[in-house]
Amino acid sequence: MSGCPKAKAGSIMEGGIGGGRFGRVQRRNDTMESNMISVKNLRRTFGPVVAVDDISFDVGKGEVLGFLGPNGAGKSTAMKMLACFLPPDSGTAAICGHDIVTDPISVRKNIGYLAENAPAYNEMTVAGFLNFVCDARRIKGIGRKKALDRVVPICSIESVYHQTIETLSKGYRRRVCLASTLIHDPDVLILDEPTDGLDPNQKHEVRQLIKTMAQDKCIIISTHILEEVEMVCSRCIIIARGKILVDSTPTGLKEEHHCSLDEVFRKITRTRKSA
Amino acid sequence: MNGFWAVFKRELKGYFATPLAYVFLVIFLFFAGFLTFRQRFFEMRQADLRLFFGVLPLLLAIMSAATAMRLWAEERRTGSVELLFTLPITVTQAVLGKFVAAWCFLGIALLLTFPLPVTVAYLGNPDGGVIASGYAASFLLSGGFLAIGLFFSAVSKHQVISGVLTGVACAILYFIGMPTVVNYLSTILPAGAVTTIESFSFQNHYESLLRGVIEVKDLLYFLILIAGWVWACTVILDERKAS
Repeated sequence: MSGCPKAKAGSIMEGGIGGGRFGRVQRRNDTMESNMISVKNLRRTFGPVVAVDDISFDVGKGEVLGFLGPNGAGKSTAMKMLACFLPPDSGTAAICGHDIVTDPISVRKNIGYLAENAPAYNEMTVAGFLNFVCDARRIKGIGRKKALDRVVPICSIESVYHQTIETLSKGYRRRVCLASTLIHDPDVLILDEPTDGLDPNQKHEVRQLIKTMAQDKCIIISTHILEEVEMVCSRCIIIARGKILVDSTPTGLKEEHHCSLDEVFRKITRTRKSA
Repeated sequence: MNGFWAVFKRELKGYFATPLAYVFLVIFLFFAGFLTFRQRFFEMRQADLRLFFGVLPLLLAIMSAATAMRLWAEERRTGSVELLFTLPITVTQAVLGKFVAAWCFLGIALLLTFPLPVTVAYLGNPDGGVIASGYAASFLLSGGFLAIGLFFSAVSKHQVISGVLTGVACAILYFIGMPTVVNYLSTILPAGAVTTIESFSFQNHYESLLRGVIEVKDLLYFLILIAGWVWACTVILDERKAS
């Protein structure tokens, strides 16, 4: 599997990131078996820019991990690597026991990934698009009908089902993409800003949806909306300039700093920048 | 294989979902007829399609470049490549799916020129074998052009750049076998090198197939050429898909 020994992962986490000052960096070796995602020393550069710098964390079943951080912090890059779209420069991660470097196809079968800009094929109808995703994921016959009957109402896209995707508004487009990521009922969900562009009601619905799905899945979401973190996330990681600054729970952070999550975020990311 | 079929189906349907494909087909068919008849097709009083197969390379080059240039360039520009490669589809499956779908589309375009062989068969007694091998040669030639176009569409995010690069590459590979080029090359290069370069040319292999003699070396030339460019496309796409 991965080439990185566990001991090394631990030492870099504690030494390199220095999360001790701002939060508790949890090591979850005891729950290793129930971890659906385990990231080890993931690193990716784009030319001279280090987008993700040696991050390691584990996420278990039932957890909703919120990925927070300023723009350009490396959230999307990290998620793209977990979704096996970008290969990491070094380090690796295992999702449901499959390694993202050596076995990307098995990983992709087990995850649902919603990309940041909600990419879809503009010239296709919503129905055609969802059927294409079913084709690619080998969902056939009755199973396909059931899957479509399940995701179309929960993403409330019935009214646009036969429209071409280019005619949809941003919110509908995102919901269509969300439907395509949920269609195979994956164990692991990686959602890059899932509520971006939705109206307040839909935001609420999507958050409820994430909450209900959380019990038997493992979910990572990235967001800029801190209230969303409080509402849906059982744990949050603050990342800036490619490094994990804090790995804690939303309530834990608030208690530790005696202020709102907003302020905690500002405090942590600003101090770190000037440091 | 699942990924291949999913991509293939989507692509082939996609051609007919927009009016673009029909416009291409109509233009192709118009010029295929127009250029053939302009060369005094009837006045030749010969029941064969030599003239028609003579104008096809140019048309197919344009048609293939136009079909191929958007294949990956658009996918990368709109970001849908991120969707495609986070589904359980390998790069090879996706590349082959797109290539085969585009090749089928060109095959349909070639089949739609059926009125010409029908006309010839009605007016005279043409050699069916020669016509069939002519169509096979044209289909292989279009596959060659398409493979080159597929590669260049993965090179650049801009369709126009991909299209121009494809046009240039196809023109070089086609015309390098022309007598004038060969004569010029033989003044500056040793004879062995000239023969090698000449054997790379589309033209010689295409014309040898047109004569109705299907030789293994010509078939191999096209198959290796197509496989090579398609493989190169998977390599470059794997590297560049995310940039």
